[in-house]
Amino acid sequence: MSDIPSDLKYVASHEWIRDEGDGVVAIGVTDHAQDLLGDVVFVELPDVGADFAVGDDIGVVESVKAASDIYAPLSGQIVAVNEELEDSPELVNSDPYGDGWFIKIRLSEASETAGLLDADGYAELCEAES
Amino acid sequence: MGQKTALYEKHQQMNAKLVGFGGWEMPINYGSQVEEHHKVRTDAGMFDVSHMTVVDVAGADSKEYLRYLLANDVVQLQQQGKALYSGMLNETGGVVDDLIVYLMTDPDVAGEWFRVVVNCATREKDLRWMADHTAQFDDVALTERPELSMVAIQGPNALVKVESILSESRVKLIEGLKPFQGVESEGWFFARTGYTGEDGLEVMVPEEYVADFWQALFDADVAPCGLGARDTLRLEAGMNLYGLDMDEKVSPLAANMGWTVAWEPAERDFIGRSALEKQRAAGVQEKMVGLVLENRGVLRSHQKVVINGEEGGEITSGTFSPTLGCSIAMARVSADVADTCHVDMRGKLVEVKVVKPSFVRNGEKVFS
Repeated sequence: MSDIPSDLKYVASHEWIRDEGDGVVAIGVTDHAQDLLGDVVFVELPDVGADFAVGDDIGVVESVKAASDIYAPLSGQIVAVNEELEDSPELVNSDPYGDGWFIKIRLSEASETAGLLDADGYAELCEAES
Repeated sequence: MGQKTALYEKHQQMNAKLVGFGGWEMPINYGSQVEEHHKVRTDAGMFDVSHMTVVDVAGADSKEYLRYLLANDVVQLQQQGKALYSGMLNETGGVVDDLIVYLMTDPDVAGEWFRVVVNCATREKDLRWMADHTAQFDDVALTERPELSMVAIQGPNALVKVESILSESRVKLIEGLKPFQGVESEGWFFARTGYTGEDGLEVMVPEEYVADFWQALFDADVAPCGLGARDTLRLEAGMNLYGLDMDEKVSPLAANMGWTVAWEPAERDFIGRSALEKQRAAGVQEKMVGLVLENRGVLRSHQKVVINGEEGGEITSGTFSPTLGCSIAMARVSADVADTCHVDMRGKLVEVKVVKPSFVRNGEKVFS
């Protein structure tokens, strides 16, 4: 069974969202997602300052197995990207909720967070997909 | 649920992630396929390849039968245990399957027989094809050997580690093996062959012994490796995978298998010969090359190759090369390709280097 921390929010596309305060959230992919992807070898992330609406493509994760698009789970502006992933993409596998984070977004539509899943909701979704 | 090999419980104990593969449930990895890959390149890893199909070919006409069935010529097997890689072609020169054939007996003694190992996903059609073509020979007997499990132990330390768990007499047999040669020992078969570009053994084991053999190897620090690492290793070694790099519609001459076609002696007829001769006379328009992407990204099967702005072929298999730290691929392209070309990667054209389809041998990069 994969790890699903209870203090995070989730979306059905297997990304997690952590509230960093001040209208900023950190985003990464879940333990379940990294397990499905297999060994991650490249992560392509957007530039700081870019604006995205919910559902937009914001990057690509390439694993040994396949390339997967990353979608913006919320609308906003990129305020930070995890540059560590350039040299150490394996952090996505080894620490998906910590050092393997992808981006931080300053939210433009705070109301969108109401639609996120909590840990139980996400666990049910993983269960249903398996 | 697929078929299970005799090592299924071992795989579960060792935390394998199991996937369906050619009707079997096989390990894709035991945690990290990249770590497994490195273990094979630097030390020793083992693969359960019991899903592969083993067929023994016996009878007074077995040699003549195989000389007709295969594009390579088993007459080249001049020593007991020697192995030969060959395509088995259809009448139009397409590849029905690729296989390894071992001469199991002394070449000078009557009553010789052979052992053939074919792919698992093609098992049924191969067995039918092989059986159908025995009709014109008086004395050929085909016997499938499903009770033999098979473990491939590969890597620079593979032989030493296998020898460390075997009896003295078997160690002696293995020490006497040249590359591409095998030896039988009381129902077991040890062959110095593999699918990784490293030294190593493929061992056929009666299935009742294989779990203990696997455990003993594990205790000797041989890492269990899944089909994921097997694929990145074979691709780095430039070895074809049936169904991706070639199939019944592809000529061996366009699949980097020209070296496996024995044209001489000219009077030997084999299935597909006349079709191949016509192709050779007309000139083969396509060839298999290796591609290297030095920038970020991963080349994948079926991506289009672009040469001078026009579509010029397709990637047959692509992956990330853990040894080289960049992406590599095999591609079938038009024969006039230059030193570089482009690949359409998810709508973006990226430049790639064109090399011979072989990237890593014995742990070292082989192209420049």
